[in-house]
Amino acid sequence: MYKILKAELIADKIYLMDVEAPRIAKYCEPGQFIIAKIDEVGERIPLTICDFDREKGIVTIVFQTVGASTERMAELKEGDFFRDFTGPLGQASEFVKDDLEEVKKRKYLFVAGGVGTAPVYPQVKWMHEHGIDVDVIVGAKTKDLIILEKEMEAVAGNLYVTTDDGSYGRSGMVTAVIEDLVQNQSKKYDVCVAIGPVIMMKFVCLLTKKLELPTIVSMNPIMVDGTGMCGACRITVGDEVKFACVDGPEFDGHLVHFDEAMKRQQMYKTQEGQALLRLREGDTHKGNCK
Amino acid sequence: MNGMNRIPVREQDPKVRASNFEEVCLGYNAEEAMEEAARCLNCKNPRCVAGCPVSIDIPRFIQHVKAGEFKEAYDVITESSALPAVCGRVCPQESQCEGKCVRGIKGDPVAIGKLERFVADWAAENGVVPEVKNPKNGHKIAVVGSGPAGLTCAGDLAKLGYDVTIFEALHEPGGVLVYGIPEFRLPKQKVVAHEVENVKRLGVKIETNVVIGKGTTIDELLDEEGFEAAFIGSGAGLPRFMGIPGETANGVMSANEYLTRSNLMKAFRDDYDTPINPGKKVIVVGGGNVAMDAARTALRLGAEVHIVYRRSEEELPARAEEVHHAKEEGVIFDLLQNPTEILVDENGWTKGCKIIRMELGEPDESGRRRPQEIPGSEYVMEADTIIMSLGTSPNPLIASTTEGLETNKRGCIIAQEDNGKSTKDGVYAGGDAVTGAATVILAMQAGKAGARGIDEYIKSLEK
Ligand SMILES: Cc1cc2nc3c(=O)[nH]c(=O)nc-3n(C[C@H](O)[C@H](O)[C@H](O)COP(=O)(O)OP(=O)(O)OC[C@H]3O[C@@H](n4cnc5c(N)ncnc54)[C@H](O)[C@@H]3O)c2cc1C
Ligand SMILES: Cc1cc2nc3c(=O)[nH]c(=O)nc-3n(C[C@H](O)[C@H](O)[C@H](O)COP(=O)(O)OP(=O)(O)OC[C@H]3O[C@@H](n4cnc5c(N)ncnc54)[C@H](O)[C@@H]3O)c2cc1C
Ligand code: SF4
Ligand code: SF4
Ligand code: FES
Repeated sequence: MYKILKAELIADKIYLMDVEAPRIAKYCEPGQFIIAKIDEVGERIPLTICDFDREKGIVTIVFQTVGASTERMAELKEGDFFRDFTGPLGQASEFVKDDLEEVKKRKYLFVAGGVGTAPVYPQVKWMHEHGIDVDVIVGAKTKDLIILEKEMEAVAGNLYVTTDDGSYGRSGMVTAVIEDLVQNQSKKYDVCVAIGPVIMMKFVCLLTKKLELPTIVSMNPIMVDGTGMCGACRITVGDEVKFACVDGPEFDGHLVHFDEAMKRQQMYKTQEGQALLRLREGDTHKGNCK
Repeated sequence: MNGMNRIPVREQDPKVRASNFEEVCLGYNAEEAMEEAARCLNCKNPRCVAGCPVSIDIPRFIQHVKAGEFKEAYDVITESSALPAVCGRVCPQESQCEGKCVRGIKGDPVAIGKLERFVADWAAENGVVPEVKNPKNGHKIAVVGSGPAGLTCAGDLAKLGYDVTIFEALHEPGGVLVYGIPEFRLPKQKVVAHEVENVKRLGVKIETNVVIGKGTTIDELLDEEGFEAAFIGSGAGLPRFMGIPGETANGVMSANEYLTRSNLMKAFRDDYDTPINPGKKVIVVGGGNVAMDAARTALRLGAEVHIVYRRSEEELPARAEEVHHAKEEGVIFDLLQNPTEILVDENGWTKGCKIIRMELGEPDESGRRRPQEIPGSEYVMEADTIIMSLGTSPNPLIASTTEGLETNKRGCIIAQEDNGKSTKDGVYAGGDAVTGAATVILAMQAGKAGARGIDEYIKSLEK
């Protein structure tokens, strides 16, 4: 059992939780994820590690409610438990493994979309802790959906916040900010790291390809075990099929087959919709749609 | 009754069982078991024992069954096996103990597996548990993986007094017994959980949700966490795909995914959250036990199921009993055929499969006749779900994160057969991680060998 030490609603439908998981906190690195299972009947839910405290043995996760399982997870309070909490899974971000001197020579641009701000945060924090200033773009649909702004401000070199509807910060999508920085402000970057909804990562990659800016993305396909045993998480990168849970979740964005990835994410949509209805309507709905 | 034929075992009617997940085989009751046990000739040189990888004293336990002394029978079995209720159900007995039984020369061999199962089930129902008499010796041993290899190794070491902790990546212990083999062949709560509980009763600790090699490594267990030796029983869980066009379409998955959703995550039950796509028309590619399990699961979830296998019936690697059961239940066998392409609709979903017919040519290295394509024989079979059951190989995770642990070119950990010793000091290995996908009982045999090897190793350190 893994105790929830803090549970907070940080934006509309977006929750942050601190979970007691010393084995994971001891070894995890930016870029990796965990799998949480609420109780006996729960799904295995993959979530990126947003922050960790090795000494206190705490791992922080941030999630958005999108379906039945995340809705159920949102009901958990401080003091409750996850039945299972596994990790760290997946590969750490490339720069963690690269030679630090080499990393210091590179100019990084981080692009975060929506709840994708959470996985970007530990990466930017890592950079900060290693004395590297990076540019960070955070985008969201609207003002209320901007998360972790203060935290990000404390570790980013330059932070650019934008909202699709212009209700806060700049106005427009993250891609518009990238264009502005590179084309109008003549900023030069060696690596872009983009994490957010698949559709956002796709469009960032289309742009950075044109700009010849190598881009790393973090993929979030449907997973079951997260240890390389089932192949549910297959994605096509270049002409190879990869298992995102062990080979990723971060990949060269210019090689990822995004359209296929988006279709694969829809795989259980109708079934999930039914699970959600069951959850919301309780017994009145049970069994009728399965 | 001339003793030539075995006492038939009761099974659920094929029509009824094809739509439920209850156990297919109902097993013997006490009278039937005693009657069947009476067929054993109590041979002086029992050939059956030589056929059992863990050398259960078969005639001795059977004589107890014959006399109605079920507790005594159970004690005999548990001297050698930690998982009798499992083995009695899933061992390929026809090629092992029963394959060697002298009764089999002129009639049916004694139903050793069914008797073993009866004794284990009787013990569970009557609250009889293995005796615990372990003098603690204070040495800490780590076991990675809680499949049959790991459970057996841990159980044997605990009996010798070791302080054993099993680390398991998934949230439930049991390995393939919980995620692979379906409920209708191996009930999870009644059988698997119960036998895992018996291993724990010996003093073995099980830490689930720990993926060794991610975070904690073997080296850290040995150097920092105070373990003096480790046994790796991490199995062969990595699924293979065919590499044909369309294979990443929605609706194409590995048998491991399909079975894990259904077994480990219990997707077949309404009250569990994990979804499964049951499919309306399902093609299962492959002919092993795993393919049979996937096919019979799909059938129970309401699909029309075809097994597509590139060789003929004779070469089907699955146990004869499983093939027989699958046919009885209504699985359709399309033999000497092989998929060449998966057809995908505009939404990315599987709509069918291009299949080519095969014929058997000359025997290959394995001695089986090599299947070859018949040119121009391709046709399309409609399907919305395709389950790839082409075998699995060991996960590279542990080998790649453990200094000095060597693997062969197939990715299997190199270890000695008689004691499980790997290329790294203090590290032992066995089961599917060493042999590639094999059987429960061979994994148990390897677990026993590993326990012996570790015991010798620790004793050699004390000198
Ligand atoms: C490696 C990895 C890391 C992840 N990290 C995070 C994280 O840090 N925070 C977080 O909120 N989520 C993260 N996700 C996604 C998260 O696991 C899913 O949102 C969650 O499993 C959905 O469960 P559910 O049952 O509530 O929704 P489901 O019922 O599964 O989903 C409902 C619908 O939403 C769609 N969907 C699934 N995943 C996503 C997604 N990521 N974004 C948008 N739509 C989706 C599906 O197509 C589905 O139809 C991650 C996923 C992976 C694989
Ligand atoms: C569907 C199916 C049906 C089968 N039917 C039969 C049958 O009828 N009869 C028969 O005899 N055999 C059958 N087999 C084969 C048999 O189940 C296996 O040979 C046997 O389970 C191997 O045992 P093992 O202990 O070596 O590995 P496994 O049972 O695979 O257990 C390995 C365990 O190690 C864990 N693990 C892996 N990596 C790590 C890590 N890094 N850290 C921590 N834990 C880890 C895994 O999660 C798993 O729980 C079947 C197999 C399948 C898949
Ligand atoms: S363990 Fe398997 S091989 Fe040995 S006696 Fe039992 S059924 Fe036969
Ligand atoms: S070989 Fe057959 S008859 Fe002889 S002891 Fe074994 S089970 Fe009994
Ligand atoms: S989630 Fe099962 S292999 Fe990646």
